[in-house]
Amino acid sequence: MANQAVGVIFSNIHDENIPELSRKRTMASIPFGGRYRLIDFALSNLVNSGITTVGIVTKNNYQSLIDHLGSGKDWDLARKDGGIILLPPYSDDTDVPYTSRLEALKGITGFLHRRKEDYVVISDCDGISRIDIADVLRFHEERQADITMVYHAEKNVKCKYFMTLEPDETGRVKSLQINPNKSGTVNRYINVMIMSREFLLGTIQDAVTRGLTSFGHDILAKNVDTLKLYGYAFEGYYAGIDSIQSYYAHSMELLDKNVRSELFAARDIYTKVRDSAPSKYIEGATVKNSLISDGCVIEGTVENCILFRGVNIGKGSVVRNSIIMQDTVIGANVELDCVITDKNAVIRDRRRLAGCEELPYFIGKGRMI
Amino acid sequence: MQRKKECVAMLLAGGQGSRLYALTNNIAKPAVAFGAKYRIIDFPLSNCINSGIDTVGVLTQYQPLELNEYIGNGQPWDLDRSFGGVHILSPYQAKKKSSWFEGTANAIYQNMQFMKKYNPDYVLILSGDHIYKMDYAAMIKAHKATGADCTIAAIEVPINEASRFGILNTNPDGSIYEFEEKPKVPKSNLASMGIYVFTASKLFRYLEADEKNPDSSKDFGKDVLPAMLNAGEKMYSYRFNGYWKDVGTISSLWESNMDLLGEAPAFDVGDQNWKIHSRNPLAPPEYIGETAVVDNSLVALGCEIEGTVINSVLATGVVVERGALVKDSVIMADTIVKQNAKVEYSIIDENVKVEENAVVGKPRAKGVGIAVLGRDITIASGACVAAGEILDKDYKGENNNG
Repeated sequence: MANQAVGVIFSNIHDENIPELSRKRTMASIPFGGRYRLIDFALSNLVNSGITTVGIVTKNNYQSLIDHLGSGKDWDLARKDGGIILLPPYSDDTDVPYTSRLEALKGITGFLHRRKEDYVVISDCDGISRIDIADVLRFHEERQADITMVYHAEKNVKCKYFMTLEPDETGRVKSLQINPNKSGTVNRYINVMIMSREFLLGTIQDAVTRGLTSFGHDILAKNVDTLKLYGYAFEGYYAGIDSIQSYYAHSMELLDKNVRSELFAARDIYTKVRDSAPSKYIEGATVKNSLISDGCVIEGTVENCILFRGVNIGKGSVVRNSIIMQDTVIGANVELDCVITDKNAVIRDRRRLAGCEELPYFIGKGRMI
Repeated sequence: MQRKKECVAMLLAGGQGSRLYALTNNIAKPAVAFGAKYRIIDFPLSNCINSGIDTVGVLTQYQPLELNEYIGNGQPWDLDRSFGGVHILSPYQAKKKSSWFEGTANAIYQNMQFMKKYNPDYVLILSGDHIYKMDYAAMIKAHKATGADCTIAAIEVPINEASRFGILNTNPDGSIYEFEEKPKVPKSNLASMGIYVFTASKLFRYLEADEKNPDSSKDFGKDVLPAMLNAGEKMYSYRFNGYWKDVGTISSLWESNMDLLGEAPAFDVGDQNWKIHSRNPLAPPEYIGETAVVDNSLVALGCEIEGTVINSVLATGVVVERGALVKDSVIMADTIVKQNAKVEYSIIDENVKVEENAVVGKPRAKGVGIAVLGRDITIASGACVAAGEILDKDYKGENNNG
């Protein structure tokens, strides 16, 4: 069924939400949950619903993304027909790469024309969830919708840019608001939508002739009354990553058994394989309430932490409430509390660093302290 | 120009591994899990690719299903090649005669066509039941330097164990003057590791001769190597000083797993200069809980630990619940040790359930045997599995290897 759909993932949109981690990479390639990148969740959702072709829209800083994706084989997307297709910026008449989603879509019309699938699933990389896309597609077909947008009921959304939907009992969206100033629970659109390829191409063509620039404002919000716009309620676990604070908070949620089992129990979140050895707990190590990836060597104390692959924690060191990314080396007798270290950071012996939950102390990629 | 490969490796992976009892009921020995995330065959395959050998024939016979599936197209070892790569070689039906592989030499003989396709200068013979890291390229270099027809990798073993091995008696320059297969009274402690480099043309000639010999048992150690030596071919030993372990018994498999532990382990699987490649499961990072104690252990992805784990090797997806103890043990993938259960000095295969308050094995001590549980079984709540006991779905018996 889902073979009737092609996936399109926006790798850069929302980069500005989390500049610390996206300075040298795309939103898509931000590390998350010990051994994943944000794009793994979006890609796995598409693959697990039977989609075998995914176009990945990139804009800049996408070396780390290309490195992560490789041929696509780790997602079972090294295909003769389709598979992973990178879509870097394409501009024929200006030097400026796209600045909006609509312009980006205009740049990939060639790709969309060449595909044969009936539907397009558009997904961003700013969310952690396990969504059954095939079910969203069924919903879309049953309602013969023009566009189906997936939403999640959420309290106190603090994101810089977001949309909320108000659907009626059939799911038809009666009102769509951008950045509403509302407290309490709202139906937050979680940046996954489905429409037919034909409809999307027509919409892009129309937008070009009329000089429209914003997908949210000009296409969705303005046409709520005329479009068959439907909202699909996603009731599972969703974590929107829209700031370093929410990145930290949602990372720590993985220490909750229910969250872990919802995301990982089925063992179908794919990621790049690195052939690391199993993690080694040296005599005298103390580890409590933490997620530990492969290739770590732990001699010290680790509490309430997420350790990525290949992290070393030296003797006598105490690391609490922290997110330690790939290949970080922490020396002896170090104390860390509420710290995020990006890849390849080095913390030398006896350093003491602390942030707080609202403002975790961030150590950039490759920094030595 | 004819395409060729300088060296083709042939990996003997058909062994039943009967001394691993319940662990090899349904799988060939090379497919047995090792070191939390590996299988035994990962070691020779990784050695091949790390030595620049990209053409490997894997000869299977006994229970090959899981091994075949594991190797697949060879991609995890970078052995998916358009010319070369890893190939599963199973016994086949020929026009004139068809048979199972009879001995190690016959197995290689039956796959002569596979080797000849690559027109190799050298053939490397490997076995699929050893844990070690070895640069085969250095061995081939030595083979070229001595101008040998056959080079045999050799390691010193304790003299009291030497009668279990093929023993090489060598001259000071490393050339072999005598080869004794499992001698009662060994003259030296230099044991063959079952790793041979042959000059291809010589190998082919001697395999053909051996095949025609009705008295031959068609075995390298017993027939082919002595025949070459008797004919005056140049045979050299190649000394290996690293870690090498035959994991053909319950106790050696257990010991070898334990050798991975510690700050300076006897055998380091985390060596960045000699990566051990394997097929990787899709599992999240392991979770070590609030009540957990994990000491001197290897823990693979996907484990959920709330209990106590000491001196143990835990494979992917193992669950150790609150109050449970796992000590001095090797636990394979997806096994669950429930609340307050106790597992000591044991090897537990995949997907076993040890229910609440059950006791498996006894604390490690002299004279205490290793308890072994075969895959997919359930140890009932409060039940007790004695030290040295071997349990699986069809078989119940004593492990005399402890």
